[in-house]
Amino acid sequence: MAKPLIKVPPTAKKGEIIEIKTLIAHPMETGYRAGLNGATLPRDIIRRFVCSLDGEEIFSADFSPAIAANPFLSFFTRIEKSGSITFQWTGDNGFSVSETVEISVS
Amino acid sequence: MSSPISPPCAVERRRFLRQTAECAAGAAVTLLLAIRPARATPEEMRAAIRQTIGPAAPHDGRVLLDLPPLVENGNAVPLTVTVDSPMTGQDHVVAIHLFNEKNPQPYVASFHLGPRAGRAQVSTRIKLADSQQVIAIAQMSDGSFWQGGAKVIVTIAACVEDVN
Amino acid sequence: MPMPRPSASTTYEKSRTSTRHPLALTIILSTALLALSPAQAANLTDNRRSGYAFMGPPLRAMQDDDMTNPASLWQRDGETLWAEPIGEAGRSCADCHGDAASSMRGVAARYPAFDRTMNRPIDLEQRINHCRTAYQKAGPLAFESHDLLALSTHVARQSRGLPIAIENSKALHPFLAMGRSLFHERQGQLNLSCAQCHDDNAGRSLGGATIPQAHPTGYPLYRLEWQGVGSLQRRLRNCMSGMRAAPYAFGAEAFVDLELYLMWRANGMPMESPAVRP
Repeated sequence: MAKPLIKVPPTAKKGEIIEIKTLIAHPMETGYRAGLNGATLPRDIIRRFVCSLDGEEIFSADFSPAIAANPFLSFFTRIEKSGSITFQWTGDNGFSVSETVEISVS
Repeated sequence: MSSPISPPCAVERRRFLRQTAECAAGAAVTLLLAIRPARATPEEMRAAIRQTIGPAAPHDGRVLLDLPPLVENGNAVPLTVTVDSPMTGQDHVVAIHLFNEKNPQPYVASFHLGPRAGRAQVSTRIKLADSQQVIAIAQMSDGSFWQGGAKVIVTIAACVEDVN
Repeated sequence: MPMPRPSASTTYEKSRTSTRHPLALTIILSTALLALSPAQAANLTDNRRSGYAFMGPPLRAMQDDDMTNPASLWQRDGETLWAEPIGEAGRSCADCHGDAASSMRGVAARYPAFDRTMNRPIDLEQRINHCRTAYQKAGPLAFESHDLLALSTHVARQSRGLPIAIENSKALHPFLAMGRSLFHERQGQLNLSCAQCHDDNAGRSLGGATIPQAHPTGYPLYRLEWQGVGSLQRRLRNCMSGMRAAPYAFGAEAFVDLELYLMWRANGMPMESPAVRP
């Protein structure tokens, strides 16, 4: 499946509040739906999302099955220094995806 | 599962559409009754809120939950939560929790913020099984809780994929 | 649903007699319409509206921004597949076609298109599979498979904003006529035709949904109901289920004829691929 889409401004001014957007491919199967044969489809969801700057958590989220398939998130952070922003999604069935984006602060 | 489709409607030309709509709506309702597990009641939502935030009683206000009043499909309902907070070291939002009344599970998600966020605003997309109220509760750094809600009407499409 | 293929002229008579309009006038009109260029056809039918126009602002916003449009995930996979060498030929799409942004610009807006080897129109998915089997010496991808949808989404994305431009060629006329006939044919337990909903009652409500005019401007598209990307044929199968009719198989000639007619009917309207729909 596709790499997640991440939108972070490549540069920012020191102290600027930036918006970060993420979109990741995942079925977010609820565990409440019936499949073609009538049997319930087992739950398969992303349970946690963490965003860190140089290892320090700046935002995180806990998901339930009610988060829509192919989860989208938008949130804000105040950027004080250049660094690596890491995004990590973990969930059922060993799901684990990690991405890193560099941001340069002037 | 036996077919939820009602007996074929006797269609007269001038009335076919109305009746088709009724057939479709009838089929959809039957389908929902047949496959949906028991839904969360507002009482269950209150229990889920207690489980997440403890015994505190949230105050009304400071939380704006922006949700479209009507959506064409409940599978991806966009929402934005904005909390009125200076987001300083002394006074900021610690977390935002989302709940709903009528999904199989009342708990939707939690977002953890801090003074580093700069702005207490989060957007995502959620599933809603039916028209209902959604509630957002903000947990502040001083230990207080504030809440805002919004009602959304979820319509059901007519010619949907026949998977069940 | 097997049915004999009538000639163009008998198709018109058969289909038009099932509508309310005076027969003679509509035969003349429909024959004249087929002879028009896409631009002329667009001018005659400027009250056409894409399904986009029937959606609320939140869904429109979801479609308009690549960052919120979930079909972007498929398109990005298609971009990767485009450059991957495959098959016995060890060739990628890019090896022949180069950068899709230039070589595929406007291509999806012209499909289904007449294929000389098949001697009939083929749709974009069939064209991709034709490349795979004939030039890359790889097996065809299954209809609605992730990889085929990813590739067709990537190709169709390069036509976004361009007008639909089905060629006005004589070779296509019998297939257009067949598609038109299928569009007007009553079928299924509800004894409905496509036209009864999408021509006669477009804009009105069916259940909780507004009936659109059935212009396929945004395929492949992300449907909230599917929670994924699907082709026009998948949508047509859903329509047929709604009519309580047995859907044609994926890839059936009848589907391609219907796709051709629908795209021709939308000639001149801007492509939105990949669109978002409820």
